[in-house]
Amino acid sequence: MNNEQFNNRNVTDGYYLVDIEDYPTDGWGKFKRVVKRTFRVELFVGLWVVLREMIKFDIHTVSYPAEKMPIGPRYRAVHEMKRLWESDTERCIGCGLCEKICISNCIRMDTKIDENSRKVVSEYSINLGRCIFCGYCAEVCPELAITHGGEYENASEQREHFIMFEDMLTPIDKMKDGKQLEFEGFGAITPHEDERVKKTPLAY
Amino acid sequence: MDTAYLIETVIKIVVILLVFSALAGIGTYFERKVLAFMQRRLGPMNVGPYGLLQVAADGIKLFTKEDIIPANVVTRIFKIAPVITAATAFLAAAAIPFLPQFTLFGYTVHPIVADVNIGILYILGIMGVGLYGPLLGGMASANKFALLSAARAAAVFISYEVVTGLSILAPIMMVGSLSLIDFNNYQAGGIGDWIIWSQPVAFILFWIAAFAETGRTPFHLIANDHEIIDGFGTEYSGMRWGLFFIGEYANMFFISFVIPLLFLGGYGDGSFLGALALLGKMAFFFFFFLWTRAAWPDIRPDQLMWLCWKVLMPLAVINVVITGFVMMF
Repeated sequence: MNNEQFNNRNVTDGYYLVDIEDYPTDGWGKFKRVVKRTFRVELFVGLWVVLREMIKFDIHTVSYPAEKMPIGPRYRAVHEMKRLWESDTERCIGCGLCEKICISNCIRMDTKIDENSRKVVSEYSINLGRCIFCGYCAEVCPELAITHGGEYENASEQREHFIMFEDMLTPIDKMKDGKQLEFEGFGAITPHEDERVKKTPLAY
Repeated sequence: MDTAYLIETVIKIVVILLVFSALAGIGTYFERKVLAFMQRRLGPMNVGPYGLLQVAADGIKLFTKEDIIPANVVTRIFKIAPVITAATAFLAAAAIPFLPQFTLFGYTVHPIVADVNIGILYILGIMGVGLYGPLLGGMASANKFALLSAARAAAVFISYEVVTGLSILAPIMMVGSLSLIDFNNYQAGGIGDWIIWSQPVAFILFWIAAFAETGRTPFHLIANDHEIIDGFGTEYSGMRWGLFFIGEYANMFFISFVIPLLFLGGYGDGSFLGALALLGKMAFFFFFFLWTRAAWPDIRPDQLMWLCWKVLMPLAVINVVITGFVMMF
């Protein structure tokens, strides 16, 4: 899919005012208009247009469950939990910022100190029935741990549709294959971020 | 009466009923496919190969749906109205010769149920009675949209009866008979003998009126979905609504047979090729019904009345008068 044709916002290209003649006021003018319209065979222009499309057979239907439209990398669908590239452990540090910022109160989490004296997430759920997919959790996350993914087929039998931490986490075998994709959308690092880093000005 | 004749007639009636009920279903399939292709869609694709079994799925759905009689309707009339539409559509088929006569196992078959000598008058009359389906159904429904549609149906059907009758009056004067078989034999000599060449105005008027009589798209205001929901069909569900549907499509098929028989030579000399030609012409006129639905907008009721009484009817009368003068001198 290329979006080039949608990026041209210059609406003045190719636009022109239609030349509309005045409506006839007297009977003779109306009669002339009827005769002109009758014998100008405009109806057949319409017939030809639809027949042409039928012959060209340029079908635009996407037969959905069998084939799908590509979606953008910034698309905000069901959340994902990313793993660290270095150690394959989860990135989430249990800071709780996503739970705090969530404007529809759909994230709930519980943390504990594990045997290595490390704070880990023990419970984590997102109620997709409440989630409005605003992307604030992904934006606020300091570790780029929670992001959005491309999975949009989240039909459910009931309103409360919870998704758990383990379901969102990148599977370890996928991680080992190096197939984890970074999210380019909300909260992600902008490209060429390293070049834009400046020294903190100290000379107050 | 001859027993063989009786059996033959009953068989012909059953065949026509079965064939055209099935064709009505397949007609909906063709309509959906043709409209889809003209709008760059695929149409039904999932039920059966290329969606062919969609017709069966729709049929099962219609037959198994609950038969709802809403509150406040006039129950008896409400129940009988769809039957009138379907029955009159099939009654009209009695006088239409669908194919030339052929010999089957040494027995000559005439594919017309009753070759009455007033065939065209009979067909027009029965189609006029078809008005009572939408009219009674709409008035009995206790629904404002249905009532509006009933009023429109009465206005349109009665007005366009005039155009239909007057436009084929001129060909009838030329042929001197009201039987469709006589019409066919009059034009049997080949393309040069077709009535369309001597009566082009009558042909076009009759064609336009056919759209009004069947309620197809440029004149679809009887059941116009975007302003009066489904018109007289709004309160109907299940097979009662299905009968309206079958009636509409059967009417389209029968009109598509009548136009070629009247103006375009029918089955010609009665050979196998002639029969194929009649079916081809029928297919074209049926396709044209679907084609216009994809291409043309609907017109307003007042424009429809204007077209009927101020344009088509005067033209038809002038056509009859000129034909009369030409035949006299």
